[in-house]
Formats: sequence, structure tokens, C-alpha cells
Amino acid sequence: MSRESFGDAVPTTLDLQGLRIASPQTMGAVRIVPLVRERFLAGAAPGAPGSPDAPRDLRIAMRDYGDSLAVVEVGGGTPGGLGLKYMSFVPHGFIVSYTTDGSPVAAQGASFGPTSETKPGRFVRLMHRMVKQEPGEGATSRFRMLPLHLAMEGLLALHFNGPDILWSEYSQQAIRRGLDPRTERTVRGTWLPGLEEALRTFEIVPAQVGVLLFIADALACAFVVPHPDDYRRLHGSLLDDFFGDLLRSYAILYPHTPPALAALDGAGVTTLDELAGRVERVRADWRAYTKLLATGLLDREVRVERVRAMGPFRLERFVPVFDRDVECHLGERIVRDDGTLEYLKTYRMSAAQVRRAYLLDQLAAAAWNMELAAETLHTTVTGLAQRLVAAGFGYLLKPAVLQTLPRTKRR
Amino acid sequence: MTTAHERVAREDLLTFVSACFASTGQREFYSDSRGQGVSIGFLHEYVLGNYRALYARVLACGINDYNQAEIIFRLLASGRLVAPEHRAEEGALLLRAIERLPPQRAMRLLERLAEARVNNRRTRAIVRRYLGEARERELWAVKYRRRFRVAAAHVHLPFDGELGSLFVAGWRERAYTTPLFESFRRAHFAEAAIYELPYSIAEGLARKHGVPREVFLRKIEPRMTNLERLRLQDSTREALGISLAFDPGRLSPTRLASYVLSLPRAEREARRRELTSALEASSARAVRRTNARFGRVACVLDRSWSASGSSEKRRRPLAVALATSCFVRAAAVESRGFWTYPTPDELLVEAVGQTDLVTPLLEAMAWRPDLVIIVSDGFDNDPPGTAGELLAIARAKGLCPFTLHVNPVFDDVSLGPKPLGAAVPTMGIRDAEDLPTAIAFGQFANGGATLAELTTALGARVAHFLGARQDAA
Repeated sequence: MSRESFGDAVPTTLDLQGLRIASPQTMGAVRIVPLVRERFLAGAAPGAPGSPDAPRDLRIAMRDYGDSLAVVEVGGGTPGGLGLKYMSFVPHGFIVSYTTDGSPVAAQGASFGPTSETKPGRFVRLMHRMVKQEPGEGATSRFRMLPLHLAMEGLLALHFNGPDILWSEYSQQAIRRGLDPRTERTVRGTWLPGLEEALRTFEIVPAQVGVLLFIADALACAFVVPHPDDYRRLHGSLLDDFFGDLLRSYAILYPHTPPALAALDGAGVTTLDELAGRVERVRADWRAYTKLLATGLLDREVRVERVRAMGPFRLERFVPVFDRDVECHLGERIVRDDGTLEYLKTYRMSAAQVRRAYLLDQLAAAAWNMELAAETLHTTVTGLAQRLVAAGFGYLLKPAVLQTLPRTKRR
Repeated sequence: MTTAHERVAREDLLTFVSACFASTGQREFYSDSRGQGVSIGFLHEYVLGNYRALYARVLACGINDYNQAEIIFRLLASGRLVAPEHRAEEGALLLRAIERLPPQRAMRLLERLAEARVNNRRTRAIVRRYLGEARERELWAVKYRRRFRVAAAHVHLPFDGELGSLFVAGWRERAYTTPLFESFRRAHFAEAAIYELPYSIAEGLARKHGVPREVFLRKIEPRMTNLERLRLQDSTREALGISLAFDPGRLSPTRLASYVLSLPRAEREARRRELTSALEASSARAVRRTNARFGRVACVLDRSWSASGSSEKRRRPLAVALATSCFVRAAAVESRGFWTYPTPDELLVEAVGQTDLVTPLLEAMAWRPDLVIIVSDGFDNDPPGTAGELLAIARAKGLCPFTLHVNPVFDDVSLGPKPLGAAVPTMGIRDAEDLPTAIAFGQFANGGATLAELTTALGARVAHFLGARQDAA
């Protein structure tokens, strides 16, 4: 059952290559910034987005699973034995179609309707792998993926094997089964007050392929797809995605986004052309403002792990370098060979999740030696043990160690 | 010297008139019907409480039917509070306004009065006169028979002639001499008789007789009104294979624009000549009706996604924009439309994309018009809020002529149509034909006219409104 994520990850930074930031639209606590793909911009007339010669060799469509729990097998088991599984609410999956020779993908828009996967199970749906090959057509290859699950599973499986040296502090369970079972809690988009209304009233821009979604001016997620038509269909799926519970608190506490204003400066203007120039400056101000708000995601160092190679594209997932003082986003993306971002979906971790991941990172860096790790964290072994317990990892420690910890007040 | 009280009164009144053009209490793109109802209801209560005489005079401004009915109801319900010197004018306005309402709306108003148990002497007199003098009384008695009966009983209007046996004794008892009543009676027993009734009554009886939909629609067709034919375009096409012919020339430009926008793109292209000429004819007639004359006019028209309206007002803002464009073209010496996304063909326009009012505004100003009309719901978001600032600067620097923002959408949060900054006046609008009125009021808002001037203008409208009645009588 060894399946750790980000074992051989490469550090890199995220950027929005091939995309342009448009003007934000604000509704209540939610600010949505459209992302427009430059290659569709040239011929972008409303009603018919995308010029006919624009590449259509990668498309994403949605498969609806209805409201149901699913058990997803992620593999890693012995042949014939039990593999690793996780259980989650799975409202929809994405069907990614691509060709490796640059030709347009076949039959996009056809229904990816009932398959054995969409049949309702008796209690829970059983799914095989997060990314699963599906029958393609002609030059078109196809696979189904569960959006954000790749990234989230990456977080869950981080240092999943547990201590590899038998330090005396760790419990039998930690040594035998690693971090299993590992859980994280997230919030569904429909639970965020105001998000539904904001998505409903959002005006999709021609050539738009994605959004940056802010709640109370905190970046909640970034979502990018390859083609404007795909985005139109998937716009509503944001409501079924999961978000960190921190964002739910933000949405409740700050029902109105703090007003931001890029003022139009009319001083010294005498002609309409000058005025038009000033308007361009306002647009640039908004772009800069959005970039500023998104610094937690863009230009941050992340660890990237390749999940699947698909011709000129590669499907990757990434986690940030965990830092408790700044916002941390994990996610998954599809990148074209030339670096163009074709698909991106991110998740903003809550503070507790960052704390847990940070602790695990430090422990793993110290080869699970608690003394060493405590030293890097500027604390004592007892202190570290207390932090592990507080983070929900008490089950990794021996009962004898837990008993020596000073009693904390319990309510 | 304008006192603060006068300034506030002027602003309140303009806000209220503006709201009365736009608001219908229905769901809008950005707000639900509950919010709309609460918000416009508050405005009514506020103006009624503070400026009762002016409140009644607003009836003469050509505001929409929903708000006329609201005003009539509130005035009748609070008849005790009217000042003696205003009593006669208010009474005349009420009677005239209720006569001008479409019958279905008037009947609903009468029923509401009965429900609220408003039964003062003036109400009884007005309702009796309205029901007693109705030209199509027999038709109404059948078509709106429940409301007619409730209202008539409420004001003790005697059921004279055969009305009594229709409403009181029960229609099963005898044969009627009034042909419509007799058809109505027979239609309960014989299928053939239902085709002599108005469509809306026949529809229920057809169901009772189990008449197949396509048979019913084919046979009732001659009895349908123009608007019923328009409303049933889709269902007749489904049932009969062809949609019923209706006379587009008799529709107002906005209603016609709504119809055009409801058609799929391909059909609009196929029927281009017919639709274009219908829009032109309808606009020309509306211009004749309103006596509108413009010089060189630039229209900045919002076709963003929010112009798609709501489930209750489908594409209404977009239809108003399209109709305004047609209306201005018919009324102006020279005109040009600047859409938020340039559209090569106005007939094929669709609601799409963000609201970028800045780019078309700059283009419009560069064209050097002598009047700029902006049709938008006021939510400009590309870049957010810049259109208002741009207008303020351009007006201050003299780069822009008189500009009026007409807004077909009532925003419940700002208690009125959402403005585009303080530099240009914003007026609510229901139909494109309201444009001359909106311009007249917009000039009051813009020029900082005094309350006295506004009252005088209102007085002239009242005289015209009431005068038209005496001519008709």
C-alpha cells in the first residue's frame, strides 16, 4: 500500500501563459475575474467565439454523477489484494478529449451519457481510478478525471507511508499503516452564501475560458478550460466544487466585497483620444489589482508532479511550499508543450490544512526524527507532539508518549 | 431661492416618476420579485404620505400600468386624507386613469379593492361608473365574470338586465336573449357553442368537453385577439404545424422587438425583410403618436448578458434597446446605434458578454451627435463603474452633448433605476415610445429645474390627460 504523492516533484512557479485578465465583476462577497484566452481573442465575435482555425485539439466536457457518494480506487494494492481507496462526494467528472496530431477532437458536444459509471449504486458509487482511460474515436483519445480530486488526493497522500525509520515515539499503527486513514474536510460551493447568485448574474465574456474567483477578496479558486464553449458549459459546475471552510467563514463574515475603485483621471484631458488613453490606464489598473490579489497563487513556488502524459499535453498536479503565514493553493493543470495553460483548477487550503501539511513536511524532511524536526520548528519534542495531537495526528504517536504530554484544558 | 425642502421634493418626485416607468414588481436579472415589490411599495407609501397632490398627478405622466394601478389603489384606500382643494382633481384623475387601464388590469384592481375592503363613497362612485358605463360590458361580464361579480357586489351595483340571472340566479336556469350570454350558457353543454366565445373563456370549456388541442385552436382562431395570436405563436406551431398569422403593424415597437428577439437566429435571417419593415412601420406609427422629433442622435445600447432579463421579463432590456434604436431612427434626422459589442446586424442582436459602455460611449462622442441616449441597466462592469466617471469628465470638458440614460430595469437596492454616476440624468423606461417623456423629465433632472417648474409641467400633463377625456366623451 505504498502510494505517496509528490515523491519526485519538480519545483516550478505557476503562471497564466496564453491568458489575459479581464475586468472583474462583483456581486456581494464574490468577485469573479474572467480569464480570456488570447488565441480566441482575434476572431472573437459574440455568438461565435473562436476563429475557425483556432486549435481545438483539447476539449473538456462534464459527466454528471448526480448527488452521490463514491468510493474511488486509487490503486497501489497488490495484484488481487486490496488497493487504496478514498471516499468522497463526487457530483461530476470531467471528460478530457484530445488528439496528439493537432486535429480537432471528434464529436465534442455529443453526450457522454449513461455508462456503467453513471449507474446509481445501491449505497455508494464505485469508481476505478481518478484518471481513467475511456474509449476514444479515431485520432481522439479520451479519459475521465475527477476534478480537483487529483490535487486533493495529492494532499492526502503526502508522506502517506509514515515513518520509514522505527523511531520509538511512533505507534504501531503509524509504523504498519502509515497515515491511513487520512481525512480532510471541505465545503461545497453551494454552501458558500452568495456564490450561486454571483455565478448566475456573471456575464460570460466572449473568448472567456476561465475565472479567478475571489471571496471577500481572498482568492478562492482558479478555473481554466481549453475552449470558450467548454467554459460556457462548465460555468455552473463551480457551484459543485469544493472549497476550504475558511472561505465559507469569509463569505458569511464579509457579505460585501470591500469596494475597490480604479478612478478615471480626467485632469488635463482635452480630446476624446486622450480620454480613451486614460480608460486604457484604468483597465491596466484593474489587471494589476487582480494580479496583486492573486499573488498567493501566481509566482509562488510549487511542487509539480506529472500524472499523465498525453501527446503534446501533460496533466500535472501541484502543491505549494507550505507556509503557514501565506495562503496556499493546491491544484491540477494541463499544460501544452509550449507552456500554454490549457486546464487549471485550484483549491485554497484552510489554515488547519496548511498546518497539517507543514508539520508532515517538516517531519519527513527530518526523516521522521522528532528531535530533529522539533529543532527546525524551534520547539521541544513535547511541543512537537502536542502540535501533532492538535493537528489530528495523535494516532501516529504511542499511547505512552501521549500520556506524558501535559494535560490541556478540555471543554 | 430654492429651499432644501423644495430640492428634496423635486428629487423625490423625479425618482418616483422614474421608478414608475421601470418597475413592474416582476423579477429582474439582478433581483427577485419580492425585493422589487417591497422596494416600489415603499416608494409609493413614501410619496403618497409626503406629496399626495403630486402623487395623484403622476398618473398623468404616462407611467406603466402596474404603477397606475398601484397609485389608484392607494389613493382610493386613503380617500379621507385628501385635501379639500385637491379632491376634484384627484377624482377626475382617478376616473380617467382607471378608464385607460387595460380591462384585465382594471378588473384585478377592482378585485383588490374588494379584498382590501376599500368601500368609501368615492370608490363606490368610481367603480360603479366604470362598470356601469363600460362599452363592452357584456364581454367583460363573461370574460372576467368572477372579478366583475365581486367588484359589482362590493359596490352594490345593481345587476340590471340579464346580468342578474348570470351572476345571481345561476346561468343554468333559462335561455338568454343577450347573444354572448346565450353562447356562454350553451357552451357548457354543446361543444359547437364554445367557438362563439372569447378565446380565454373558450379554452377552459374546451377542456371540459375534451376537445383536442389542434381542433380547438383551428376553430377558435377567428375569435383570437392580436395579442393572443402573438402569445400563442409557439403553441399553435406545435399543435397545427403553422403559427397563426398576427398583425405586427398593430404592436408597439417594444413588443414587436420582444417578439423578434424571441425568434431563433436562422428564422430572423430568413424573415429579415418582413421583420425589418414591421419594426420600421411600428416605430413610424409610434413616432406619429408621440410627435417625437430629434436631430442627430447617438444611441449607446447595452446588449450584455444582463439584458437577457429574467424568467418573468425575458429579454425585456434588450428589446427596449432594440426598440429604442428603431424609434430613434424613425424620429431623428440622423441616428446611429452603438452596441456594447458591435453587431453587424441589429436584427440578429443577442444578449452576450460583459457590459462595456465605455468603448461605445467614446465612439458615440466621436461621431459628434447633439443628443446621446444610453439604454442600459446601469450595471457597467468593464471596467467597473468607469462609464459614470467618463460621462462626468466628458460633460465637464464639453466633449459630450446632453446625455440621457434610460434604464428599463428597476433596481430595488437603489430604489430606482440604477444611475450611471451623477453627471447624467437617469430615467426609467417601459417602452421605447416613452422616450420623449423620459427626455422631458431628464431635462428637469439635468438642468436643476425648480419644483415650481416641475409642478407646472406636471400640471400641463394633467390638463392634457384630462382634456383628452373630455374630447373623447
